[in-house]
Amino acid sequence: MRALVAMSGGVDSSVAAALMKEQGWEVMGVTMKLWQGPDGEAPTAGCCTVSDAEDARRVAARLDIPYYVWDYTEEFMSGVVGGFIDDYLTGRTPNPCVECNRTIKFSRLLAHADALDYDVVVTGHYARVTSDGGRYRLWRGVDPDKDQSYVLSMLGQDQLARLCFPVGDLTKDQTRSMADRLGLRTARKPDSQDICFVGQGNYREFLAGQGVAPTQGPIIHQDGRLLGVHHGITNFTIGQRRGLGVAVGQPLYVTDIDPDAGVVTVGDRSDLGVDEVTVEEMSWVDRPVAGALLAQYRAHGRAAPAEVSLEDGVAIVRFAESQEALARGQTLALYLDDEVVGGGIIRATA
Amino acid sequence: MLYLDHAASSPLRPEVWAAMEPFRLDVYGNPSGSHAISRSAKNALEDSRDLAASLINADPSEIVFTGGGSEADNLAIKGRAFAGSRRGAIVTSPTEHDAVLMSAEHCSSFGSVVSYAKVTADGLVDPAEVASHVSADTAVVSIMMGNNETGVRLPVEEVVTGVKAAHPAAIVHTDAVQGYVSERVDVDVLGVDLLSLAAHKFGGPKGVGLLYVRSGTPLVPLVHGGGQELGRRSGTHNVMAVVGMAAAMAALEEERGAFGARVMGERDAFESTLNELMPDLVVTGAGAPRMVQTAHVRIPGVRNEMLLVRLDRAGLAASAASACQSGAAAVSHVLEAMGMSPALARECLRFSFGWSTGEGEGARAARLVAGEAGALR
Repeated sequence: MRALVAMSGGVDSSVAAALMKEQGWEVMGVTMKLWQGPDGEAPTAGCCTVSDAEDARRVAARLDIPYYVWDYTEEFMSGVVGGFIDDYLTGRTPNPCVECNRTIKFSRLLAHADALDYDVVVTGHYARVTSDGGRYRLWRGVDPDKDQSYVLSMLGQDQLARLCFPVGDLTKDQTRSMADRLGLRTARKPDSQDICFVGQGNYREFLAGQGVAPTQGPIIHQDGRLLGVHHGITNFTIGQRRGLGVAVGQPLYVTDIDPDAGVVTVGDRSDLGVDEVTVEEMSWVDRPVAGALLAQYRAHGRAAPAEVSLEDGVAIVRFAESQEALARGQTLALYLDDEVVGGGIIRATA
Repeated sequence: MLYLDHAASSPLRPEVWAAMEPFRLDVYGNPSGSHAISRSAKNALEDSRDLAASLINADPSEIVFTGGGSEADNLAIKGRAFAGSRRGAIVTSPTEHDAVLMSAEHCSSFGSVVSYAKVTADGLVDPAEVASHVSADTAVVSIMMGNNETGVRLPVEEVVTGVKAAHPAAIVHTDAVQGYVSERVDVDVLGVDLLSLAAHKFGGPKGVGLLYVRSGTPLVPLVHGGGQELGRRSGTHNVMAVVGMAAAMAALEEERGAFGARVMGERDAFESTLNELMPDLVVTGAGAPRMVQTAHVRIPGVRNEMLLVRLDRAGLAASAASACQSGAAAVSHVLEAMGMSPALARECLRFSFGWSTGEGEGARAARLVAGEAGALR
């Protein structure tokens, strides 16, 4: 049986590869080159760097498995980065990691694995898959601090049948000590942060670098007062408090962004509350589920109790308690206890 | 194992290793010294220089040993651009090796004006157009002999004639790293003033090359120091590697005719067999003169990265010709300059043959490629 391990050059996917090899799979390592500088070279800082690929290559050599770097920069640019920019231009808060998983890792890479006769694709995500009477179920990873099931909530049966997340059964400490024990050079490598293509800079600089020209517009208070002028809606996300450029003597938060009118609305913290969201592009792990569930709308956020009803492929999620700073564009994952049942994209908040 | 990546690097020829072996332990002196141990190293170095010079019809004083082909290209471009009191202009083409292109770009950041001659869809330059870019300010014209990716043989002789007819004092460089593998080089027949070679492309060791510098060509060194190589390249010589390079040149010349016939025979058999099995195969540069050792092909509908993995697994080593630093297959600047779209460039692979290619390997490789590519369609 053959396993293709997506190796980022970090410790999690290094250990994932080692575990598959230990279990007797014929393993191949692949680093997906997703992002490049204007010179066509991999970046030297941030994620997807030349040194990350070098780390992955050395780990693969240590494990004695074949290793390749595949170029997905065009797909990543048109799909993930394009969507990221579009989301900001339309006042939404993008989740590029989910989009990358959906359009690249678990579609393109999976297809390429098929073409090369690989039975499964393996990643270093902290999540668990079990099979139950021929149906696959997706669970949170055992380490609550590292759980990444949120970014996998769009996976369905066809994909789960061909995916393995071997570190989902480990805590991060166990992963690191295993890497240490195996002498993998990535054992103490810090976790990656930030959005890989934005790197250490902020996303506003990134958007400017991509030629997104800001347009001025008004900043208006919930109560209708004109408070000032902003320099482009892409500078704002729902719930943002800092850098608003207006001062009225009490903390203000962005409560709404109207891309068509170019208006940014701000208000008090109490104005941030969201009781209900409409979730589109719903994808279900097995079958649609409604009723009392847990809803999570940030990668490492808490899951909040909610009542879910389904209408024409759209999920209406009504929270038991009002939630702060939910934004259009964010992914919402639905859980039954620790089991992922599905996920979609927030299109409207109320 | 079918090794069809000689254009990346060839295995060391056994006779070359035999020539190098005494230098592993026994001949360890610094050739710049004065005692007997140094003298034996110096003799070996100069014998190698004499041999290398004679094989390309140069004078020994015109040979500068370098740390490889890229260094030779760098020395040719930067050495010329920085040779005058002003930054000299550079004329080249967009299908050159990155060692030339990046050197030119570096010089442009110091004030050199760089102009690029157009390339046809078959990878050729028009000698008259190259000449039209040349002026009294031109420090060097650099047009390669054979392209390392596509295998296209460029009209270097006509470029030299055209350039020198318009500007007799102009200096012309050619990167012959691949061209020399395909055919004998006579610097006077080519007419060039500077010419780069790399030993490991024809059975010599890696990390050694040479730049032929026509007598009287002013050149600023890249490496300053002890003044070795008549001040053109300082640093203690890697005598063992230099000996290996000269031995590899001699081995190549000794079997030149047979080598060309055998390698071209296998290459041609590869292309024709593959074309029979895959009628939609496209051979790059088919309308241009080509070197004997390279088959650069496009297999429509098959992504080169995927095919390379299947071939690797099946025991055939080839390449997508152009890789970025991370090791991913990059969209080749050569194919882009020839007007090919990135999508088509991702369907291209290079198979390159060499001294160790055995009889029948071309057809065998073609059948294997057709099978693996077929599985991807």
